[in-house]
Amino acid sequence: MLKGGVIMDVVTPEQARVAEDAGACAVMALERVPADIRVDGGVARMSDPEMIQGIQETVTIPVMAKARIGHFVEAQILEALGVDYVDESEVLSPADEAHHIDKWAFTVPFVCGATNLGEALRRVAEGACMIRSKGEAGTGNIVEAVRHLRSITGDIRRLTQADPAEQFEWAKRLGAPLPLVQEVARTGELPVPLFCAGGIATPADAALAMQLGAQAVFVGSGIFKSDEPAPRAKAIVEATTNFEDPHILAKVSRGLGTPMTGIGMDDLDLKLADRGW
Amino acid sequence: MSASPVVGVLALQGAFELHRQVLEGLGARVQLVRRGDQLDDIDRLVLPGGESTTMSMLAERGGLIEPLADFVRSGRPVLGTCAGAILLSAQVLDGRADQRCLGAIDLVTRRNAFGRQVDSFTIDLTIDGLGGAMFPAVCIRAPVIESVGDGVEVLARIDGRPAMARQDAIMVTIFHPELAGDARVHEWFLDS
Repeated sequence: MLKGGVIMDVVTPEQARVAEDAGACAVMALERVPADIRVDGGVARMSDPEMIQGIQETVTIPVMAKARIGHFVEAQILEALGVDYVDESEVLSPADEAHHIDKWAFTVPFVCGATNLGEALRRVAEGACMIRSKGEAGTGNIVEAVRHLRSITGDIRRLTQADPAEQFEWAKRLGAPLPLVQEVARTGELPVPLFCAGGIATPADAALAMQLGAQAVFVGSGIFKSDEPAPRAKAIVEATTNFEDPHILAKVSRGLGTPMTGIGMDDLDLKLADRGW
Repeated sequence: MSASPVVGVLALQGAFELHRQVLEGLGARVQLVRRGDQLDDIDRLVLPGGESTTMSMLAERGGLIEPLADFVRSGRPVLGTCAGAILLSAQVLDGRADQRCLGAIDLVTRRNAFGRQVDSFTIDLTIDGLGGAMFPAVCIRAPVIESVGDGVEVLARIDGRPAMARQDAIMVTIFHPELAGDARVHEWFLDS
């Protein structure tokens, strides 16, 4: 029941409280926001259970946490902790360079990233309950999120025009199971909700993602790497609800202080979105 | 005036889009409600599931609490599901201190009382007054109804506790009928 809402990255119980007070519909508990993971380098892993539990005890909204791609034991631990959703995330260092987690083996629902329709449907085939377009986490730059959202929604629109013979070719080209390709061709939407992540830093960014077809947004570094996290968090929540109303967007965008500085794609050493197979 | 009623669906956050699809499938015209003035032209109102704290905050910031309270007092039919039931209740337990309730139906709800996301479940329910087979009730971080006042009719129970209730024109469910793949609850609401 996260649709139409904002899921915020938090690294402390205090930040989780700020997020809940702002109207977040869930929080993502992690040790470092993606912007810091970029700076620090090294191996990024699942967060300390103590830190996750501290956040679970602080808020009443759902708590998500990240496991490394393919690291099903981290996912088992997160499920045992009672987190509400596991994000099998490219933001952490991959544990397996060929396989994602078999998500059907779990009760806890999974969210997974995707840059295109084929990747999204492979994750759904593995049992993901939600897809988020990856964008480029920790950059404060919306350009990759737009690229990935447009790729996914554009291919869905094109696929609905494909005749049955062409759907076989689509399945081959996307590297996705034929039944899922046929389902998308018939319904004109993913079999699971589509959210947007990676680079949202302003209320306008959140509304852009929603107008491009996302059903909810993840905001990572964009809030707590800005000058004034609390008002910015609140403004992004209101922008996500009122994404089609430019007058409200203008109102909530006023006087929020400096957003996170952000990084241009040409200055990027490491593209997290390339992780995932 | 057209014969098909205009149903408002509160669209601050949550499962409003699925409610819209089910209602439109039944021939209703749907108005998504994000501002108070959008309540003026509707005949019925659905308050969907979602995160009740988020919805309460957005309703308050958007100046929607009073218009919503006026609407539920007007006697027009209202359906609240999951978080929507919390919003309609007289009191919510385990909520936030600043969480608002409309007091439209005389019952007390408790948030997340079945546990976290992994404790979500589906159960077949017998609903009084709803014809046909049992209804698949999808409960996701559902609230429980702790107590009901004298004027409230309990229509279905899970483990002995109320799961669906009605008082005058206000109907609430702790489950998500829009996820059931069965439109009978919505159909009933449109006929009420």
